[in-house]
Amino acid sequence: MDEIATHFAVERLLARYVACIDDDRLEEWPAFFAERCRYQIISSENYSRNLPIGVFVATSQGMLKDRVAALREANIYEAQRYRHLVSSILILENHKGTVRAQSNYHVVRIMQDGATALFSTGRYLDRINFNGAIPVFEEKIVVCDSRRIDTLLAIPL
Amino acid sequence: MPNGLDLAWPNEGVTRVPYQLYTRDDVYAEERTRLFMGATWNYLCLEAEIPKPHDWRTTFVGDVPVVVARDGDGIITAFENRCAHRGALICHKQAGNAARLSCVYHGWTYDLKGNLAAVTFQRGINGKGGMPADFKLADHKRRGLRIATHAGLVFGTFSGATPPLGDFLGPEITARLTRVLPPVKTIEILGYSSQILPSNWKLYAENVKDPYHASLLHLFFTTFRLNRLSAEGGIIIDDAGANHVSYSKAATDRGSADYDKADLRVKSDRFRLNDPSIIQGRDEFGDGITLQILALFPCFISQQIQNSLCVRQLVPRGRTETELLWTYYGFADDDAELRELRLKQANLVGPGGYISMEDGAVGGFVQRGIAGADRDSEIVEMGGREWRSQETRATESPLRGFWNTYREHMQL
Repeated sequence: MDEIATHFAVERLLARYVACIDDDRLEEWPAFFAERCRYQIISSENYSRNLPIGVFVATSQGMLKDRVAALREANIYEAQRYRHLVSSILILENHKGTVRAQSNYHVVRIMQDGATALFSTGRYLDRINFNGAIPVFEEKIVVCDSRRIDTLLAIPL
Repeated sequence: MPNGLDLAWPNEGVTRVPYQLYTRDDVYAEERTRLFMGATWNYLCLEAEIPKPHDWRTTFVGDVPVVVARDGDGIITAFENRCAHRGALICHKQAGNAARLSCVYHGWTYDLKGNLAAVTFQRGINGKGGMPADFKLADHKRRGLRIATHAGLVFGTFSGATPPLGDFLGPEITARLTRVLPPVKTIEILGYSSQILPSNWKLYAENVKDPYHASLLHLFFTTFRLNRLSAEGGIIIDDAGANHVSYSKAATDRGSADYDKADLRVKSDRFRLNDPSIIQGRDEFGDGITLQILALFPCFISQQIQNSLCVRQLVPRGRTETELLWTYYGFADDDAELRELRLKQANLVGPGGYISMEDGAVGGFVQRGIAGADRDSEIVEMGGREWRSQETRATESPLRGFWNTYREHMQL
């Protein structure tokens, strides 16, 4: 893929990814990832200091499915949804169909009573494999600008 | 000295807790004076966070800003993070290493014992201005905290009347605390999180002291039989009720007809993990205990859930907001497999944790629920009306202990 096509492909993938979450189609969310993958939500503070523990980590697609099952079946939290805005995509590396990309995200959380507030901002650090039938994240590190989480983080970023 | 609060505790004693305690500004202010700046030991940091001479970091006792440091002789010190001059924070950053600390506002400088070491332009400039000749640096030492450490934890107290830390902890709590922080091990910090709780700090303190809710609110545990109240376990509470440990052994859960009768929202056989690696722990302390929650009055919590180890500090941020600081740790001699377990099992805890996320919200449900309940009280009678160690976790005994200690400090 040339530079423009790569950029467009990453943008399209990210648009589909955030739409899936924002539309509450969480059951489809794990399929955005490779079977063996790494998904992590971590504060910028921990990430930059190489402290390994963040808010959530998954090292397989199965763990992502478990997250969704737990949110649907086990965990208790007030009804809420997100609106993601993703911008400023940078292609950092493009090697044999594997692309490393960075983008900014901005997530607003809307509670059931209508309370709407900025919930999280940060960076997506992605490694995307474009060689299969559909592009998948081999790695997606969500680096949150702030270490503070208001109340709880249930739905993925 | 009697407090100035117009608040009568219900005649039933610690089985009733007036909701006004969570809503009143004057209670919040009184807590600062009587609890946090009173005769209590408050968690400040881990020794591992200030390992070298001149390391310092900022922390809180209640909501009072504090600097904790290791001075040039390796002695741990702590003092109010407030400049003598105009009250600004002396340190506005989280941590650093310096022999002296300067307030950014006018550059007044302190040593790591909190002594005022220098006042900028004390003698003026070119013989003009400056402080009066009788101004003495020595009169403005920052209010210090007495320090005590145990198992790598640093505690401080503003009060001269606080009994020694060892007496406060007592032998049983000390043993359980040492269990998850063995002195032979070197602690390594693995991460930090912060969770803003939309509730009064005591609603979280209560939540931690409430083993009754654990397998009812947190169904992830229940579902995977990680922690049901039918597992072998118990509660240890000290005499005053200030401190407690709740523990259980998942491997001993043989089920219970009482459980099956209770209307739980999820039954165990409905739902299996695709990737069970998260709950496959290792018995690293060799006693089969898979869960240990230990809380020290007022604001410290130590947690072991499988191989996830953490200390938590509660920082009140006003009447109805509290910051919960999570510090995840492991040990320098962890092998790769154990370290991986700690990383994965951290998914169980923290602001997004499978078995802790609800705690962030439930205090808020109470805080919202008690609007207009100034004449009402909570009921705390599960497991009896006293506070004592019990071999069941179907009890609210530790809560009653907490309220007994609270009442003593608050003179309520």
